Amino acid sequence: MNIALIIILGFLLLAVFLGIRATKGKEMDLEQWTVGGRGFSSIFVFLLMAGEIYTTFSFLGGSGWAYGKGAPALYVLMYICLSYVTSYWLLPAIWRYAKEHRLVSQSDFFVKKYNSPYLGVLVALVGVIGMIPVIVVQLKGLGIIVSQASYGAVSMQAAVWMGAIALTIYVMLSGVHGSAWTAFIKDIVMVVVICFLGIYLPLHYYGGFQPMFEAVHAANPGLLKFPDEGNSVTWVISTVLLLVLGFYMWPQVFSSTYTAKNERVFRKNAIISPLYTLMLVFVVFVGTAAILTVPGLEGEDVDLALLRLSLDTFDPWVVGVIGGAGLLTALVPGSLLMMSTSTLLAKNIFHVFAPKSSEQTVGKLARLLVPFVALVAVYFTLHGGTTLSNIILMGYSLMTQLAPSLLFSLWKGNFINKYGAGAGIIAGLATVAYITTSHMTLADLFTFLPATWNDVNTGIIALVINCIVMIAVSLATRKSQRAAAA
Amino acid sequence: MKRLYFLTILPFIGMLGFLPFVNRVEPFVLSMPFVMFWIVLWAVLSSVILAVMYKLDPRNKEDEEK
Repeated sequence: MNIALIIILGFLLLAVFLGIRATKGKEMDLEQWTVGGRGFSSIFVFLLMAGEIYTTFSFLGGSGWAYGKGAPALYVLMYICLSYVTSYWLLPAIWRYAKEHRLVSQSDFFVKKYNSPYLGVLVALVGVIGMIPVIVVQLKGLGIIVSQASYGAVSMQAAVWMGAIALTIYVMLSGVHGSAWTAFIKDIVMVVVICFLGIYLPLHYYGGFQPMFEAVHAANPGLLKFPDEGNSVTWVISTVLLLVLGFYMWPQVFSSTYTAKNERVFRKNAIISPLYTLMLVFVVFVGTAAILTVPGLEGEDVDLALLRLSLDTFDPWVVGVIGGAGLLTALVPGSLLMMSTSTLLAKNIFHVFAPKSSEQTVGKLARLLVPFVALVAVYFTLHGGTTLSNIILMGYSLMTQLAPSLLFSLWKGNFINKYGAGAGIIAGLATVAYITTSHMTLADLFTFLPATWNDVNTGIIALVINCIVMIAVSLATRKSQRAAAA
Repeated sequence: MKRLYFLTILPFIGMLGFLPFVNRVEPFVLSMPFVMFWIVLWAVLSSVILAVMYKLDPRNKEDEEK
């Protein structure tokens, strides 16, 4: 065992210690446990949401794309920034309704708005299916970090299993309060490490930022702007719009808005949050610095760029600190996601079909489901070979399908009913599944469109079909309801 | 919906709408390729726009008194 692994293990033990300590002397009802009694101030809500949004993906996936694809990696910064812009009016609206009706989960929101527990089940299912890929990303990240920091002593497979076991134990012992505490430390360590790497590496290897970009530009012209085909300008615009729609649809993000003590919290946080996304610029710097210094990584190996370059540059103890920071960015969101997934399965799915079960049974079941969720995630981690960025994009195209019925429900004159909302979501999911398996592009459907339209994110098609079905079914069932009444 | 909230469209127009016209490497600004600089610039302007909205929004004063 080398010094890097020992330091990473130290970070893990610290996280577990904080997690267990945070739960001491707290016996809480559901509203306290999940939404902190709706009493969180600006800073806490900010940290909680940042804890969920900046994951190992921002660390390894962002630098991986900057290394492998160049400028298109900037899409991460763009969609997070623009999502924060919409939060100014979207989150207060969600919060107000949730407080009025004392809601605790995202699917409660749909149940109440559309007055249908079964729509809640559907929304919970979408949430579970969408969150599994994000858990996979965290496990993959953990695996990469541990296997790289061991200098090859631990295989990727063994590292993924170890990561999954550590995550499961952590979640079962600590609960949401542990995550909130670790989230605080995680954000500090992460910002410091990323800024350090983003500044040090370009200076060390190229003598400055501009010399670095000039060298990369000379070696590979075209990498530093959006290409004409593939991840082109059309791709980035459509993808960013889609991701912004999906951003607040994630169950764990959605319900963390409930923790705020008033609406002003969101408007205040909206101002500083776009500046916080600038941290991702440093991630892009790291990926760019790796292009000429650790050449030859291809396919899913681009996600290794940041760690490979760190291994080449620093002493093992620095690698240990970087790995430890990476571990925390996987552990915090990973634990929140595992908790949300198992809570959704127990409360919003199981409980609907077994309404007689007591709240304690549901709570117990939620905990028991954690290892099961971990196993499913390990299976997909070891069997799906694609980059972190692609997995995240897939999860987003699923979650975005909840956006139309949610946005309509916030509108006073909403004419969408539960049948329309349900049918729209199902139609959207079916389209995503079909497009993903058949690798269809927009040009296959509309052959008359100009070539620039080829790269439009196919998630848009699913979204359009979703909207059409939702509106059509709502209008049709409304008529038949009226006819039945007459 | 309040008229003030339409200001949130500006960052979308700036960051996404102008992208086809600024998708170039040179000139380098603040040591960054031009398209990267443009996106960073709009992230900063997003903050500025939201801060202005916050100042102008009477709702924030209501909450303060509560």
